[in-house]
Amino acid sequence: MSTIDMKPTLRVGARRRPDAAATDDGASLTVADHRSLHEHLLMTRVVEERGVRLYKQGKIPGSFYDGRGQEATSVGAAFALGPDDVISSPLIRDLGAHLVRGTDLTELFRHYMGRENALSHGREGNIHFGDRRLGIVGPVSMLPDMMVVAVGLAMGFRIRGERRIALSFFGDGSTSRGDWHEAMNVAGLRREPVVFVCENNQLAYSTPTDRQFRVRPADRAAGYGVAAEVVDGNDVVAVFDAVGRARERALDGGGPTLIEAETMRMHGHGAHDDARYVDPELRAAWAARDPLDAHATIARAHGIDVEALRAEVEERVAVAVQAAAATPLPDPASATEGVFCVGEPAGLGRGAAPFSGFAATAQGTRTAAGPTATADPLTAQTRQAA
Amino acid sequence: MATLTYLQAISDGLREEMRADDRVLVLGEDVGAFGGAFKVTDGLQAEFGEDRVQDTPIAEAAIIGTSVGAALAGLRPVCEMQFSDFVACGFDQLVNVAGKMHYRTGLAVPMVVRLPTGGGFAGGPFHSQNPEAWFMHAPGLKIVAPSTPEDAKGLLIAAIRDPNPVCFLEHKHLYRRAKGEVPDGGYETPFTARTVREGDALSIVAYGAMVSAALDAADRLWDEDRVLVEVLDLRSLVPLDEDAILATVTRTNRVLIVDEANATCAAGAQVAALIADRAFGDLDAPVRRLAAPDVPIPFSPSLEAAVLPDPDRIVEVARELLAY
Ligand SMILES: Cc1ncc(C[n+]2csc(CCOP(=O)(O)OP(=O)(O)O)c2C)c(N)n1
Ligand SMILES: [Mg+2]
Repeated sequence: MSTIDMKPTLRVGARRRPDAAATDDGASLTVADHRSLHEHLLMTRVVEERGVRLYKQGKIPGSFYDGRGQEATSVGAAFALGPDDVISSPLIRDLGAHLVRGTDLTELFRHYMGRENALSHGREGNIHFGDRRLGIVGPVSMLPDMMVVAVGLAMGFRIRGERRIALSFFGDGSTSRGDWHEAMNVAGLRREPVVFVCENNQLAYSTPTDRQFRVRPADRAAGYGVAAEVVDGNDVVAVFDAVGRARERALDGGGPTLIEAETMRMHGHGAHDDARYVDPELRAAWAARDPLDAHATIARAHGIDVEALRAEVEERVAVAVQAAAATPLPDPASATEGVFCVGEPAGLGRGAAPFSGFAATAQGTRTAAGPTATADPLTAQTRQAA
Repeated sequence: MATLTYLQAISDGLREEMRADDRVLVLGEDVGAFGGAFKVTDGLQAEFGEDRVQDTPIAEAAIIGTSVGAALAGLRPVCEMQFSDFVACGFDQLVNVAGKMHYRTGLAVPMVVRLPTGGGFAGGPFHSQNPEAWFMHAPGLKIVAPSTPEDAKGLLIAAIRDPNPVCFLEHKHLYRRAKGEVPDGGYETPFTARTVREGDALSIVAYGAMVSAALDAADRLWDEDRVLVEVLDLRSLVPLDEDAILATVTRTNRVLIVDEANATCAAGAQVAALIADRAFGDLDAPVRRLAAPDVPIPFSPSLEAAVLPDPDRIVEVARELLAY
């Protein structure tokens, strides 16, 4: 075994990268890219606003979690991924990643509302889903188990010589668990092509970061031989750039990167939580840094009609909610089906990769196989397996 | 056909399947150049290289969790816990991630976790456990427990080819003691029970190392009492071969179930519940169970022998049942 060549930890200023001019901040993004980024930011916010309302109206059972104020991190990160990359997994604040990959809105609301749906067939709720057909592995609750799985996916890609990466999202709270250490250690040791996106949103439920750890996650990365970068998680372009750099590093054999995205959870932990424990001054300071407002300025400068885009998104969401509400609940007889796989396993598919930079390469072309065009994730044979 | 030990049969099955399917890879602590704590993977790294036979750090959650990821990426990982006891450190990845994946997301997790189990060699509380019941209670995991070299090879190959996570319990006591004829090449042993010996007076239901204890007891009951005892080897605990269990009850009307594991909620308890539920009318006597009492497995030979079921105790309980 060769010794690990320690990649220098890339430490970048929290708000704007001081070397931004030197590295062409966001220069690869076209007008169409900015439009797509803004559309996905808006979509994330509108879906979640609608979700909170549906929950409070009793139309979404169980619980509901949103990522208000953090939309730029999941949208920017997923926008940097190629169609064959796998996300394992989007977590509680990462709806944007599902949407960028092409998750169908009607299926999403069916899932939230516990209706029959292609994502989870009602076996799961709230943020626990992932469309395998789009290269997304749904998360489990246990934090940050899916980070370890992402390392295994990356190992599989490396062993088979495939040019693709795995990406895992998690919060500041995840970095205190043992699985975080095991994932960081093994990824660094083997230089697996994996990108870790830590959303440091100041809180784990009610517990602020200064009561979670003494050393911030990005500073711990060097101890594992993992490159690290701190970015402004509310700047969608900065997140896109950082994940893009990390992806390139991973594909070039440079191993894993931990990106610590600084952001703020602007709502309670879930729709049940009024977050009265959050310092109002801190919240106000972050409210002035709203990621949608920040990108709206850039979008307008590119000639994009942000208001028209918002109206379009709201219309699509309204249509999806209506269709979902008209969908029946799953057949109770199906509750015991599908515990085991029978026959050939159905694997992970390719996700949408809307970034124009991928359209140039053959393998990066935006996939035509949207969620409606592909097969049901639980195959017929599997569903007989009860 | 070759005569192999149980341990050699497991190695043979692994090697066969690695030759036949380049998706199969092995992960575990000290499994590479050293060949594993028990030498099951001896020689595999030399043949298949470091990517397919990986020495891992001491990180059970990572061993199991990265195996889940590798399985999702299209590989067929076979990971080894150095002793089954250490699976506790990777429990969450197995139970919550691997076991629930298909039901929740439609993604299959074809992987095998090899678990060297069992006591009888002064291993003490952390090197003697039989953790199968932990996983029987967790939906989505299959669990097999061979008792012979032939079944060890065939069940391992079937486990590797199965599209679900499979816990493969290999009993340490059998590693070098159990010897037998093993077919050449790749073959699958089904996840069903096997009648090892036919009888009419009493059925003993067992699995793993308790099968040979049951056979010893059955020999003595023939030699000393001229009683024909049937022995059913479960081989698979999930799925549990309910038809075979009910059929043996119908034939003998008296059942003794033997587990080496701690008694409460053990595999044998599930078998007893099944019989009470579905074969009550076929019974001529109460269902009896023998298992380890609910204590950690003690170290000292006198204490360990006091808790593990053995042929003497099986004979004793069998006689009580026959006299009922
Ligand atoms: C191992 C584990 N323990 C407890 C929980 C319950 N829980 C769910 S989210 C959460 C807070 C997570 O904080 P963080 O990782 O910072 O993510 P955030 O919610 O801030 O996005 C907790 C305690 C859990 N999901 N996993
Ligand atoms: Mg947090």
